[in-house]
Amino acid sequence: MVQSIVPEIIRESVTNIIKNGERPDGRALDQYREISLETGIIKKAEGSARVKIGNTQIVIGAKPQIGEPFPDTPNVGVLITNSELLPMAAPNFEPGPPDERSVELSRVTDRCIREGKVVDLEKLAIIEGQKVWMIFLDMHIVDYDGNLMDAAVLGSVAALMDAKIPTTSCEEDEIVIDYEKMVPLPIKEQPLMSTMAKIGGQLVADPSREEEDILDARLSVGVRTDGSICAMQKGGSVPFTREEILKAVKMAQEKTKEIREHLPKNLKQK
Amino acid sequence: MIIILTSSLTNSDAKKRPDGRAFDELRPLKIEAGVLERADGSAYLEIGDNKVLAAVYGPRELHVRRLLKPNMAILRCRYNMAPFSVEDRKRPGPDRRSVEISKITSEALQPAVFLEKFPRSTIDVFIEVLQAEGGTRCAGITAASVALADAGIPMRDMVVACAAGKSNDQVIMDLSEWEDKEGEADLPIALMPRTGEITLMQMDGHLTSEEFNQAMDLAIKGCQSISEEQKKAIKNRYGD
Repeated sequence: MVQSIVPEIIRESVTNIIKNGERPDGRALDQYREISLETGIIKKAEGSARVKIGNTQIVIGAKPQIGEPFPDTPNVGVLITNSELLPMAAPNFEPGPPDERSVELSRVTDRCIREGKVVDLEKLAIIEGQKVWMIFLDMHIVDYDGNLMDAAVLGSVAALMDAKIPTTSCEEDEIVIDYEKMVPLPIKEQPLMSTMAKIGGQLVADPSREEEDILDARLSVGVRTDGSICAMQKGGSVPFTREEILKAVKMAQEKTKEIREHLPKNLKQK
Repeated sequence: MIIILTSSLTNSDAKKRPDGRAFDELRPLKIEAGVLERADGSAYLEIGDNKVLAAVYGPRELHVRRLLKPNMAILRCRYNMAPFSVEDRKRPGPDRRSVEISKITSEALQPAVFLEKFPRSTIDVFIEVLQAEGGTRCAGITAASVALADAGIPMRDMVVACAAGKSNDQVIMDLSEWEDKEGEADLPIALMPRTGEITLMQMDGHLTSEEFNQAMDLAIKGCQSISEEQKKAIKNRYGD
């Protein structure tokens, strides 16, 4: 990916606006852009979601496949998260194998979902030590306008909640897969992620692309339903103070409550 | 398994297609222009269960010097399938099939674009198949033309694509995934509707010359109907 060049004058003006407690697009410092979430949009995927935060748009598909477990966890299913920053999503995204930014996005999303215990992977074993369900979560970033992490986690959790897998039974060492009887994935938790950017000494929620281009640092925090923390990632080359981190975490806990309202209601109580 | 399906179909009604369409009927079609924020032009297309997104960037500076043409722009195309777009997850990244489709798509679109107006630059077309159900290359080309128009790139015409073929002993328009897999022949074409000039032509399978003529006429007819929807999509976005 080519690094986008930000003119110094824009860096200064955006920073000054935020220093004054305002934002270039008129939002409050802790205000998110509009969020929309649809599920079940791809029939060929067992679970799917389209998520938008502002103009950022990600299409996510979850597909189960039968595979072998890792030797150290013979009785646990496998979750594989992958993302593609498509060249269609931004003029400076280039085709080719995932670059470091794409890998960071997949790994942070994976961490939030794994440590947030979204899927009860232990229920995905079919034959101990031999066959388990592998869930492939593929994120297709089609439009990039800032804050991919929050969108990726929200969409991924929604796609997993939407996902159904066929029931399996074992008969004389053979696995019988019943595609007639599809069951929802065992969902335990719904962690969400909220990202704060540090610009001009202020913390702003849900940084837009314009803000991401000039931010000093950012902190993404994964928060479970009960407010506990399950994943974090700092980005950017400027350090945070201890106070700033505590404030960012607190803001993230508040903000994930708001984002949670967008998750499908029918599964929320589970 | 397959034999059972075929025989049950031929028994019931030779003229009926599995999804109940007439031999010369398209699947339900929807095209929307200008669906992405960042791209210079974009389009979303659904035909049957196909869901395709196309985006255009350019004309813009070309960094790969060996591709640069001093007297005209180049048109690069990348056709890509989402891992979740097909029944069995597709490994991400280009494979031989998508590389070939990218090449012929670029060649199908080029004749319509006034490339000579933008020397030393590139126009990049990105096609993402979000869900595949037979005929994605045609869907991709059709969507890409709308995205090119949405990007305001001067063109002689809006290229449109449609396939015809033979399945169940019948020459048919716009093959579904099942008809493509189980059928005897597939013939995707793309053309410039104003002149009728054909810019893409592929075929696989087996047809007599008579069937080939029929199939080609059907595909052209399909292109003409789809072309109207392309124009509507642009008009919906920008008015008459």
